[in-house]
Amino acid sequence: MEQKVSNNNSFMGYTRSDLTNFLIAMILSFVAIPLVVQTDYWYSSILIPWLCLALAAIGQQIVMGYAGQLALGAAGFMAAGAFACFNLILRVPDIPFFVALGLSGLVAAAFGILFGLPSLRVRGIYLMVATLASQFFIVWMIDKFGWFKNYDTSGIITAQDIVILGKPFTSPLEMYLVILVVVTVLTVLAVNMARGSTGRNWMAVRDMDIAAESMGISLLKTKLQAFAICAFYCGVAGALFAFTYLKSLEPVAFDIKLSFKILFMVILGGLGTISGAFIGAAFILLFPVLLNSVGNNVFHGAIDATIISSIEQVVFGVLIIVFMIYEPLGMAKLWGNIKQRFSINK
Amino acid sequence: MTEVLFFIEVVVAGLLAGTMYSLVALGFVLIYKASSTFNFAQGAMVFFAVLAFVGFMELGLSFPVSFVVTVLLMVLVGFCTERLVLNPLMNQSEDTLLMATIGLGFVLEGLAQAAWGVEVRRLDLGIGDFPIEWIIDVFGLFVSALDVTAGIVAAVLIIGLALLFKYTRMGLGLRAVADDPGAASSIGIPLKNIMLLVWSAAGVVALVAGMMWGARAGVQFALVDLALKALPVLIIGGFSSIPGAIIGGLIIGATEKVLEVYLGPFFGGAIEGWAPYVLAIFFLLYRPEGLFGEKIIRRV
Repeated sequence: MEQKVSNNNSFMGYTRSDLTNFLIAMILSFVAIPLVVQTDYWYSSILIPWLCLALAAIGQQIVMGYAGQLALGAAGFMAAGAFACFNLILRVPDIPFFVALGLSGLVAAAFGILFGLPSLRVRGIYLMVATLASQFFIVWMIDKFGWFKNYDTSGIITAQDIVILGKPFTSPLEMYLVILVVVTVLTVLAVNMARGSTGRNWMAVRDMDIAAESMGISLLKTKLQAFAICAFYCGVAGALFAFTYLKSLEPVAFDIKLSFKILFMVILGGLGTISGAFIGAAFILLFPVLLNSVGNNVFHGAIDATIISSIEQVVFGVLIIVFMIYEPLGMAKLWGNIKQRFSINK
Repeated sequence: MTEVLFFIEVVVAGLLAGTMYSLVALGFVLIYKASSTFNFAQGAMVFFAVLAFVGFMELGLSFPVSFVVTVLLMVLVGFCTERLVLNPLMNQSEDTLLMATIGLGFVLEGLAQAAWGVEVRRLDLGIGDFPIEWIIDVFGLFVSALDVTAGIVAAVLIIGLALLFKYTRMGLGLRAVADDPGAASSIGIPLKNIMLLVWSAAGVVALVAGMMWGARAGVQFALVDLALKALPVLIIGGFSSIPGAIIGGLIIGATEKVLEVYLGPFFGGAIEGWAPYVLAIFFLLYRPEGLFGEKIIRRV
């Protein structure tokens, strides 16, 4: 007799609570937030950068948290994606925005494969140095070859408006919705990849690559796939980041500091979880805002802005160390622990 | 003839600038040898040390006093690192330790800036960054006095460290720990003291490296990025070899200068920023363990 694996409570292997959570998140983000939040500040300074950076963090998460490859070049891939999108819209007449976005992701993915090649030979800090090459090289290349910047000499290029089916999406709320659609699709995709055979292969390679190889998993394919997908996510995130948050294109915006930020999002948020990317991005983004408002409201600007940003740096550093010591799986795990403590059916 | 001279000049300048990379890489190797930890914070230590040094000088302390005080401060940093970061993370994977040292780097950078500010400081060591006259007279080469000093300082440091490791009890203990930490501590070698010694030595090396860099480029945050270039140096030289750090530094220094001068103009310049990393990639593909590193053998 054929045993039915899935029961009525699940859909494609997801439990009912997973689906409810997803539904709640969708209603919250697509309906509740647009209805409740009216100030542009929230969209343009918090929600938009949060979603963009979370998307990049998912990419970093895939290559680092799932496939276990220590890469430090997310901002380079973001730059590649951003400038690819700029050039596609500039040079290809009537290209639909989502097509341009997808193609710029693919351009970034090509760079990802190229700079992921060293991962076949090395790991750990060796790989980190190799990926640093991508960071410095891509940003340099965009900066030095005028074609990428359309021979603009001012250094700052205004991003084109997002136009979908003839309708411009320029207000913060409209841009938020565009990003939300992209992020939702890519997140669902990432979750599915992570829990399918692709993700299992990544995790096998992460946990012991030689063992994985001897079990018939192709290291070449798995590692390069992880790098390509990471770069794709980063590229799309970079394009969105430039078009909706920065509203300009400048190579300096994608410097190594941004790469470190994305790395920190993943480490603090929790390695090996997609939700960790969102939690980490929220924390890294919101903490400086919080610190600044404390500086302004409690100390009334008595503390110098440079001191505040230094404190921010120290806190991030300390948190990394503390999390490494006490909870290497990051904030996502902390959240899980809290949930478990309060749940009835353990 | 002038072209040959110019080439030699470029190479010599590159080699001498490379010793500065070597100085940063040296601190890295010290810590890696003793504890198999990739200390990503070495660049931040360079920045922290030299900023502290300049800070003490600005307080009116004399040069030697500031130097001693900064050395003591670096020993304190090493002590805190050992107690608060490394000890709790003992026996963790290399990647975990690496991430922890990235955190440590951020802490040091933040603390340094909070304490001494972000503006660019000048550091005058009394050695000018200008060509030495007698070398111009004799060889017709323009070689900066600062570069030569950096070269000499690097040589002295390395000889000093080599003697320390070879002939002192501490050095013997250190080599034992590097070989097998478990066995070393089971025969009574004080692991903690050894770690403190290593981190202090790395701190002093960082200070010296920072002074050399600071005298050339000003004491500023960009030092951290410069120090990142010690990473390709290590890949070329191997993480566990002191001669490797030196030779790696020389190779990187010379290559990036030659590339910048001869290839740079065709690409709009500033290829120094990534050339060392790409060079490192080629080395990785050919010889992942570096020129002098131990061969990496991994088993299931």
